[in-house]
Amino acid sequence: MDKTANPIVLEAKGITKRFPGVLANDKVDLLLYEGEILALLGENGAGKSTLMNMLYGLYHPDEGEIWIKGERVELKNPRDAIDRGVGMVHQHFQLVPVMSVAENVMLGSEITRGGGILALSEAERRVRELSERYGLEVDPAAIVEDLPVGAQQRVEIIKALYRNADILILDEPTAVLTPQEANELFRIMRELTARGVSIIFITHKLKEVLAVADHIGVLRQGRLVGIAKPETSTEASLAEMMVGRNVILTVEKDEAHPTEPVLRVENLMVKDDRDHFAVKGVSMAVRAGEIVGIAGVQGNGQRELVEALTGLRPADSGHVWLENTDITDFSPRKITELGVAHIPEDREKHGLVMSYSLADNMVLSNYYRPPFAKHYVIDRDVINEQGERLVKEYDVRTPSAQTPAGNLSGGNKQKVIVAREFSRPTKLLIAAQPTRGIDVGSIEFIHNQIVAQRDRGVAVLVVSAELDEVLGLADRVAVMFDGHIVATLDAADATRERVGLLMAGSVEEAVG
Amino acid sequence: MAAQETETMQERESVGKRLWRSASVPVLSIILALVIGGVILALSGNNPIAAYVALLRGSFGSAEAFGRTLEKATPLIFGGLAVAFAFKAGLFNIGGQGQLLIGAIIAAYVGFAFDGLPFIIHMPLALIAGAVAGGLYGAIAGALKAYTGAHEVITTIMLNYVAINLTDYLADGPWKDEGIIARTPAVLESAVIPTWGFLPFGFLLAVLAAIATWYLVYRTTFGYAIRTTGINPNAAQYAGIKVSQVIILTMGISGFLAGMGGAVETLGVVGRYQPGFNLGLGFDGITIALLAKTNPLGVIPAAILIGAMQAGSSQMQFSAGVPFQIIDVIQALILFFVSADIIVRKVFRMRETGGEKITLSTGWGS
Repeated sequence: MDKTANPIVLEAKGITKRFPGVLANDKVDLLLYEGEILALLGENGAGKSTLMNMLYGLYHPDEGEIWIKGERVELKNPRDAIDRGVGMVHQHFQLVPVMSVAENVMLGSEITRGGGILALSEAERRVRELSERYGLEVDPAAIVEDLPVGAQQRVEIIKALYRNADILILDEPTAVLTPQEANELFRIMRELTARGVSIIFITHKLKEVLAVADHIGVLRQGRLVGIAKPETSTEASLAEMMVGRNVILTVEKDEAHPTEPVLRVENLMVKDDRDHFAVKGVSMAVRAGEIVGIAGVQGNGQRELVEALTGLRPADSGHVWLENTDITDFSPRKITELGVAHIPEDREKHGLVMSYSLADNMVLSNYYRPPFAKHYVIDRDVINEQGERLVKEYDVRTPSAQTPAGNLSGGNKQKVIVAREFSRPTKLLIAAQPTRGIDVGSIEFIHNQIVAQRDRGVAVLVVSAELDEVLGLADRVAVMFDGHIVATLDAADATRERVGLLMAGSVEEAVG
Repeated sequence: MAAQETETMQERESVGKRLWRSASVPVLSIILALVIGGVILALSGNNPIAAYVALLRGSFGSAEAFGRTLEKATPLIFGGLAVAFAFKAGLFNIGGQGQLLIGAIIAAYVGFAFDGLPFIIHMPLALIAGAVAGGLYGAIAGALKAYTGAHEVITTIMLNYVAINLTDYLADGPWKDEGIIARTPAVLESAVIPTWGFLPFGFLLAVLAAIATWYLVYRTTFGYAIRTTGINPNAAQYAGIKVSQVIILTMGISGFLAGMGGAVETLGVVGRYQPGFNLGLGFDGITIALLAKTNPLGVIPAAILIGAMQAGSSQMQFSAGVPFQIIDVIQALILFFVSADIIVRKVFRMRETGGEKITLSTGWGS
């Protein structure tokens, strides 16, 4: 059914939002028709949540206009958005676990009997009414923490409907659901739209988009790169839009001459912070003198895999070998001492101490060893000398090696980490998102450094959400989806289309 | 040559600037607190100038007064060091009081019970025993944090109560002196920390402890591990630092410093353990650590300042007729302004110092 004939309920015109050092949204235009499901597709960091937070009054656009139901609006806070019928269900639920469903639903707009006494039975009646009208099955008297995740999400939806929302924003609603729960959610979404509610549905799962959306908006690096219709789209075409193909970064390198395996992983199972399996039986090997790239949409277990390999997260089962040593569940220090270098995914969280000088940051993993320390006493002169030398060698743009790391740009921060990790003898390099969010010049420099390590005989494992980066660097490409390595391809066979499909979990199509 | 000179000039300037940047807020807080204290004095019908002159005379006016100031400052330095050191690892040790009491009573016990030892062995033994006892006591809270995640603020407060009641029991029970007063016997002559002229030997120990603490924090590998853990525990874990070990050891050393403060007070000033004599010393440590901006060397002047106020307060009461409680008010005001430094910056129209801001949250959006 074509819904473009319906009135427009929400329009974003030329929305731009900047954060320090990041252009989160760049002149985004978006249309939402009454009673439709608009899916917003994009990788992590593409700017989806930023855009939605502006439509919900949590952020304010630097430029651009928001129109709701034919009226230009300034949303100062979520209250303004709620008053205009916008409701949002966040990825992380905003519920009070110890309260009942009805109490949660009326929180913030309580009904009273007068004199500040809550009319709980009245609230329960209205929750029941809403749940019956929209087929949102939930017991108003149940305590929220006792409910399964799917039911908690229904409570969030009822909360929005209770406040008369007719524009619903669902931020990655299926990320926390089982496939069955997700199907139930899609049924509810259709039910809601049939009754005139309009929905913006944020996700990075291609199958879901094709299954429920009326329109598909694709965001990439803060820009809306296109609006697609499910009838005329395929997973491949959407993946291509989502990942982008115009910025192909070519990395100059000669053919690899791999020798013996350095890293071997066998049936590795790793749990994430919520105690769910994120890595579900990964086996792989990286040989000396080759770069293996792991491609995949973020959140498919890459982070947990890297953390398990580097000792930051315990393995649930399986084994990791470094040459002939079983390093499964070794401490990070032991793994480092055995010759593993690690460029961490989050440079600000793990990679650097912002208030330390560059020189101090450059000894983060070996500050306790000679020549930087003797008999537990730190030798500042040696540390500072190394700092100055590495700043020159790795072209870190900084006033001096004594500058706090926090004062540097993203690219230069990353160079500091690269300098540190490459400054000691290494057998295996694990680089997670080595160039995320940094300038093109630094990207090129870091890529060349990684290739140079390979040519020196280091085994290199690169994990990146940037498909271009993986395709440009890797001699072999492993694709990770849903905790599994679904395929390992030689660089020559790893076309963008094929890898894109594998990243979306469509193994049959990619192979066939 | 000329270029080199300008370079050193610049360096010198930046050192001065740096010193001012870290000391400006505490110094201005003290001034502000004294001004408000003066207003309160004037409103209550006293002459603030006379009161402050008496305060100065009572704390720095004579060798004897100065000696008393240093004597008061001694346990405060230890208490301040204990809190400041724990802060370096991101831990807030409220338990200095309890650790100090344990140190005090153990030092007293070793001091009165081990007869026949020469001074050169007995005094250091009592001192170290008190410090080690405080350290073990502090390590309890560290271990609870490292292994169960129990917050050190809660556990150290609870352990303060345990220490107060445990020491009360010991001083009124198994280790009670003859007579009706609940206190231990006096420590033997061979365990007493001497005073040279007006200079208490304990004060020298405190200064040495401050220098040693500074060295430990800024010049050793363990200090690097502590600071990294305090600033960014994730990076510490990445760097292979065993964060739980650092937490236990830090609380242990923090307790060691507090315990040594209690031991010095027992062996050098009180001469025995007597319930109620040391109360408050551990809590003053928090004021001093904050006033020193958690710098171990900054603890020395901060403790001398607070020590001077305490030493001079009786003179102030005696000669200017001002109740000594006003000193508590001024001390509280100093702490207030140091913690709410934004007020000080507003009053003196100082600009926000860059690079030191606390990030409340990071990241945005998807």
